[in-house]
Amino acid sequence: MATVSMTVNGKSVSGEVEPRTLLVQFIREQLHLTGTHVGCDTSQCGACVVHVNGDSVKSCTMLAVQADGSDVTTIEGLANGDTLHPMQEAFRDNHGLQCGFCTPGMVMSAVDLLKKNPKPSEGEIREWLEGNICRCTGYHNIVKAVQQAAQA
Amino acid sequence: MPDGTTGTGIGAAVKRVEDFRFLTGKGNYTDDINRPGQSYAYILRSPHAHAKITSIDSSAAKAAAGVLAVFTGEDMQVGSLPCGWQIHSKDGSPMLEPEHPPLAKGKVRYVGDQVAVVIADTYSQAKDAAESIVVNYEVLPAAVSMSDALTDKSLVHDDIGSNLCFDWEIGDEAAVDEAMSKAAHITKIDLVNNRLVPNAMEPRAAVGEFDAATGEYTLYTTSQNPHVIRLLMGAFVLSIPEHKLRVVAPDVGGGFGSKIYHYAEEAIVTWAAPKIGRPIKWVADRSEAFISDAHGRDQINHAELALDANGKFLALKVQTQANMGAYLSTFAPCVPTYLSATLLAGTYTTPAIHANVKAIFTNTVPVDAYRGAGRPESTYLIERIVDQAARETGIDKVEIRRRNFIPADAFPYQTPVALQYDSGDYEATLSSATKIADVAGFAARKAEAASRGKLRGMGYSTYLEACGIAPSAVVGSLGARAGLYESAEVRVHPTGSVTVFTGTHSHGQGHETTFAQLVSDRLGLPMENIEISHGDTNKVQFGMGTYGSRSLAVGGEALIRAVDKIIDKAKKIAAHVLEASADDIEFKDGNFTVAGTDRSMAFGEVALTAYVPHNFPHDELEPGLDEKAFYDPANFTYPGGCHICEVEIDPETGVTEVIKFTAVDDVGRVINPMIVEGQVHGGVAQGIGQALLEYAAYDDSGQLVTGSFMDYTMPRADNFPKFDVTTEGTLCTHNTLGVKGVGEVGAIGSPPAVINAVIDALWDRGVRDMSMPATPEKVWSALQAAE
Ligand code: FES
Ligand code: FES
Repeated sequence: MATVSMTVNGKSVSGEVEPRTLLVQFIREQLHLTGTHVGCDTSQCGACVVHVNGDSVKSCTMLAVQADGSDVTTIEGLANGDTLHPMQEAFRDNHGLQCGFCTPGMVMSAVDLLKKNPKPSEGEIREWLEGNICRCTGYHNIVKAVQQAAQA
Repeated sequence: MPDGTTGTGIGAAVKRVEDFRFLTGKGNYTDDINRPGQSYAYILRSPHAHAKITSIDSSAAKAAAGVLAVFTGEDMQVGSLPCGWQIHSKDGSPMLEPEHPPLAKGKVRYVGDQVAVVIADTYSQAKDAAESIVVNYEVLPAAVSMSDALTDKSLVHDDIGSNLCFDWEIGDEAAVDEAMSKAAHITKIDLVNNRLVPNAMEPRAAVGEFDAATGEYTLYTTSQNPHVIRLLMGAFVLSIPEHKLRVVAPDVGGGFGSKIYHYAEEAIVTWAAPKIGRPIKWVADRSEAFISDAHGRDQINHAELALDANGKFLALKVQTQANMGAYLSTFAPCVPTYLSATLLAGTYTTPAIHANVKAIFTNTVPVDAYRGAGRPESTYLIERIVDQAARETGIDKVEIRRRNFIPADAFPYQTPVALQYDSGDYEATLSSATKIADVAGFAARKAEAASRGKLRGMGYSTYLEACGIAPSAVVGSLGARAGLYESAEVRVHPTGSVTVFTGTHSHGQGHETTFAQLVSDRLGLPMENIEISHGDTNKVQFGMGTYGSRSLAVGGEALIRAVDKIIDKAKKIAAHVLEASADDIEFKDGNFTVAGTDRSMAFGEVALTAYVPHNFPHDELEPGLDEKAFYDPANFTYPGGCHICEVEIDPETGVTEVIKFTAVDDVGRVINPMIVEGQVHGGVAQGIGQALLEYAAYDDSGQLVTGSFMDYTMPRADNFPKFDVTTEGTLCTHNTLGVKGVGEVGAIGSPPAVINAVIDALWDRGVRDMSMPATPEKVWSALQAAE
């Protein structure tokens, strides 16, 4: 067992983890932040995307111990109380979600895209989101949502 | 055809009620549920497609750290996982129906079959311990392909004596043969409808719990139909009476059919919970999902279409082989039969149709309904053979469709394969799609692409489907063991807010919004005063769940009927208070008014009166305002429309790019156009996925070689353009709302449009056929072979 400490959504947290514990397991099972999802076991789907030190990361590909000392933001930390982040708002306005399972990862990934490329073309949005699989929406409205958020 | 585009009524693109919780990470999916004292299950699965289990030694696993129990098929003596449909072969004999134990007994029949369950304090402990279970297998030859299985050399189930589950037919074979003999031309085609893995993004999960104090079991599960699971598991597998079994399907991360069925893991965690005295959670990882979720499609078809000299269709003859996999999943036998062969008229007046369907057991994962379920298979067949007939006869492919369309004034239209279509206007959707797709400009675009060395093609699909399943009078006679009606309860609370209990289940479809819109519209109440409750058998009276695009057409109609009962009763209450006759009470904009007077009561006042009654005439009027309705539809609903796909192929690489996809769908009345369009987008993406990307491939030994997201090509954001989606058309004639259903049209209509476009692009290079998925390798090879 190892002790890890990090800041998650602005709060300091720490816990005992096995060396093999993934960051996503630590977030879901120990911190009970279940907004971050697990959709695969091959790092393909992006349902688990969170921000680590400001960058989007697939939290199923990172060990909890690797995140020791870092600043983590999950989907639960994005909105300001009842006020949605502009990306969340854009997803809602454009019906960019159906079952909602891919959504947290999709939103976290899209937020990072706009940080790195504030005015992406449609092609750039699609390419960036290539690591996030959605089975419900056909991506049409997700792309529209990101385009709207980029205008905001 | 929205009736209004503002406010929250029918036709308004109301933003979804459910989005806030999903966007903020507050969704409550099965894996998010943690019960006090919860333990974890890991299922040990067969690594072989077909083998005898000669021994299982789980002593080391039982002794491993944290392990609470290990159970095998010998320990779990329960009923068989049931099948919901019984098909009869053409000789009258019932389908062969093998036993389906939740944990294998004596034999495993596909890679992924459940062999043992290990329950431990943590998931890692259970998984680690499972590795120490020693299972001795005597590996048997596997029947992997349907052609192999049909030889019966290796029997998937020895005790039933054959791999042929049933040999069924529909239609008038003599009439078809007669028409064929007089035809000016016969077009023949051989098709494979590729096997798919549904891959809802949320893997299946189940939490079983037993309360020793009350004797009540609770199962939380990723299901599209919790009441159906309660019925099947309670009555047939575990013998738990309904009043002691609660099934909860909380937020569910997509279903697409794969979460309809009653799966072994649900029974295992429920059965084992009292044995170990703790709740048990099981969650599939994705690799496990690939080999344990029911797969979709997997048909082989041969079809012949007879035409007269004018290109009119005279007859269609179809032979289908349908893969059932190793066991009969809940809906499996009805997919290639009543959900597929009955659709073979499509949008055309073909007067004689005959289909023969052989359903075959193989040593593969069970196959069942996946978005569209049978209708994509028949649509693909019809729309491919119609295109081919056009090529062979030299008639334009749009013209040949027009010549054979069922005219808009011919409804109700009785097909030769059991169904009676109530409404449609295929010419209208075709003309609109032609305009939106800019068919007129296609030749110029093709020439421009050619100047860049690229091949452009355009493909059509003028499809039809039957959904809103299902009228019990129709499906009962066809072999369903239950009619698929739906129920709703509308509970008006004393202060006038409303809770609606629906037997349908929302796993992405947005019922919490659409159904609230319906009630808001009809009762004149603000949306925020209406709550939609679904997914918990302890709250909701009963329900058949959500699949077959049925929620609005069947569940919505039940809801409307319950609301109308509320209005009727409320009128009586208002009449009593206002001292008028109930017949004189008018209800409008949330107010009950005595006709021709200014005496009125608001909805909230009536609600309060219902719960604090004074002097009600008790023999005529009970207190309370809470009504239920069960609705059994008179017929299926028949959405249809036109999909046009434009592709561009790079002959150097074989890569097909979808440049433009146009869908004009007649889905009946639209309640929320935003949600409706989203449903079409998702369906079209799955259809294009089937046509260009996805394929569940088995090797000869029965290993699924595309068993992860690394190997199975899921559609991603960069595989698509934006889609041009519109709805227009006709109303369903047999439900109050005029709605038809929209959940599956995208997946049903699109695959032939894509493949017809690919063939169109390759035609001038001499390519004459293309199978799904049209991967770059296949396209490139076809081009090389044609040179
Ligand atoms: S869970 Fe699929 S990429 Fe992390
Ligand atoms: S909304 Fe369901 S997977 Fe994306």
